[in-house]
Amino acid sequence: MSQDVELDNVTMRFGDFTAVRNINLTVRAGEFFSFLGPSGCGKTTILRILSGFTEPTEGHVRIGGVDMAGKGPNERPTALIFQNLALFPLMSVWENIAFGLEVRGVPRDKRRKRAMELLELIAMPDAADKRISELSGGMKQRVAIARALAVEPKVMLLDEPLSALDLKLRQHMRSELRAIQRRTGVTFIYITHDQGEALTMSDRVAVMSRGRIEQVGPSSEIYDAPQTPFVATFVGENNRFSGRVADIAGGVARIETAAGLLSGRAGPALKAGDKATLFVRPERLRMGADEANRLSARIHHVDFEGSFANLFLNGAADGEIIVQAANDGALPSLAPGVELALGFAPESAVVLPTGGDAGTGAGSGEMQHAAAEVAA
Amino acid sequence: MSELFRRYGTGMALAMLSGVAIWVLAMVVLPYFVMVEYSFHPNLTVVEMGGPKDHYTLENYASLFRGIDLVNLEFPDDFRVFLRTLWGATLVTFICLVVCYPVAYYLAKVATPERASFLLLILVIPFWINEILRTFSWYIMLAYSGPLNIILKALGIIDAPVRWLSGSGGVLIGMTYAFLLFMMFPLYNALETLDRNQVEAARDLGAPTWRIHWRVVIPHAKPGIAVGCIMVFVLAASSYVVPALLGSPGTRWFTETIYSWFFEAQNWPRGSAYAFILLGLCVAFILTMMRVFKVGLTDIAK
Repeated sequence: MSQDVELDNVTMRFGDFTAVRNINLTVRAGEFFSFLGPSGCGKTTILRILSGFTEPTEGHVRIGGVDMAGKGPNERPTALIFQNLALFPLMSVWENIAFGLEVRGVPRDKRRKRAMELLELIAMPDAADKRISELSGGMKQRVAIARALAVEPKVMLLDEPLSALDLKLRQHMRSELRAIQRRTGVTFIYITHDQGEALTMSDRVAVMSRGRIEQVGPSSEIYDAPQTPFVATFVGENNRFSGRVADIAGGVARIETAAGLLSGRAGPALKAGDKATLFVRPERLRMGADEANRLSARIHHVDFEGSFANLFLNGAADGEIIVQAANDGALPSLAPGVELALGFAPESAVVLPTGGDAGTGAGSGEMQHAAAEVAA
Repeated sequence: MSELFRRYGTGMALAMLSGVAIWVLAMVVLPYFVMVEYSFHPNLTVVEMGGPKDHYTLENYASLFRGIDLVNLEFPDDFRVFLRTLWGATLVTFICLVVCYPVAYYLAKVATPERASFLLLILVIPFWINEILRTFSWYIMLAYSGPLNIILKALGIIDAPVRWLSGSGGVLIGMTYAFLLFMMFPLYNALETLDRNQVEAARDLGAPTWRIHWRVVIPHAKPGIAVGCIMVFVLAASSYVVPALLGSPGTRWFTETIYSWFFEAQNWPRGSAYAFILLGLCVAFILTMMRVFKVGLTDIAK
């Protein structure tokens, strides 16, 4: 029987504040699914609703078709991995892993045997009798996963468990988590504000903002075909050119901006005359002018990153223009003050409506700032 | 220590250290030595001290235990009082622990911070009143025709007034109340540092409430429990005011025995010896608690 996780019109209100609004979503069994969003977007609330620590104000959660209403965290087929892991410091490693079995009345020798198997799975076969305080950050991480797996959950819920690790370890744990998920076949639902984590590990990502889901899809779709301005600015870097849609033909919209008439793929529900913004990724902006869209800008700052450099330019865009230039030998000529001719193909850009909802525009600027901070 | 010398210079540091040393020696160590010395001498008049009758003896310590008949379970009066004090203090400690644990858990982990600080304040305010006054107010409350009996009768819980103060009840109630906070604060402090996620993690793994407390909360609170028990036991065992006010002739406390040897029998050596036996009892209790809860002195100091 399928163990899909269904969120059916889930809404969560705290007093006047709506933390989560009308979420409809199905996470498929065996999927690695991420909720990505800035802090305060409601993703942690969703996790607490799924794990049973809070009941939604409206709507239903079903796991494997069974309504979870009224079922506490100890009665659900879910296991939660806390942001700070919440390992029990006064128990040894194997006692931690076997705690869920101890609760279920499994005899001690069987518990220990199962704990040893799980230690094998997380590649820590010698750590059974160690104290939690003797473990490194990455090891604690894996013990927390083993502890959750011991109760054989249908669904693992992970609340930003990598945020306390340093960069190298974080990247290593990404592939580790993915590998454990593949090996066990358990559904992983992962909460993060780190787009790198969400994009690299997940089968599908839901981008959230202000209690709503903005877009659900595979990582590449989220990155290459954002459907809302928020997704376009929150996930990755984007150059923005705002204006008014002149016409739409064959899925390509032309938009009148301060940089002239630019064209890009038309986003959903876009009409001629709409206020809209064209988004184009820094790596899609090309130097040289042989593309359909052309503009010029002046370099004011260069960040050398090794294999590439980020060029920051002043031009007729909303905010500064960022271009990612590969380190292919031409970099030395790109110094502050140089005027560049830039171009991009219409299929590299996307035009999304920004009219009507004034809040989205203001919010996305703020979010872009937050996203930039996260990326840094 | 070297930090002290570095910061204030040799002269100043020496002055401070010798100040502390003199205070500790004159005010703390010396009086104890005088009492130790007394406790090993027979009770003599001032003239006889240092004379031919003066010698070192264990008689004062031995006299507490003389006459114990384990076959017929007969004990001399002073030893009976000693046992009652041991049992009473243990009981008070246990009652305090049972009463305080849920309250401390609620204050530390369940209540909002504002409510917790308000409730802590309410708990503390009565303790701004002098201990004798508080104990005496219990004397009034527990009196034969006092408010407690009137209320219980009015509610129909009892038919006739109860003599609360004639048995050990008054002493136990009074001591539990008097020393409650000495259990509450160590427990509260220990529970406060417990990560709420640990409780939630245990619940998420399927644990019922009692097992969460047994396996996660209580082990974490162990140092606090040990400190609270030590404080309450030591205070209860050496309390004088509560048994003096709320006790009856049948509930004499060992401190009262010590007092009467000192000031009624004028036998300072015997009084001193008994005082050290009480001290020994407290030290033994402390060591037992440290053993039982597997906590070290450093844990307790936290």
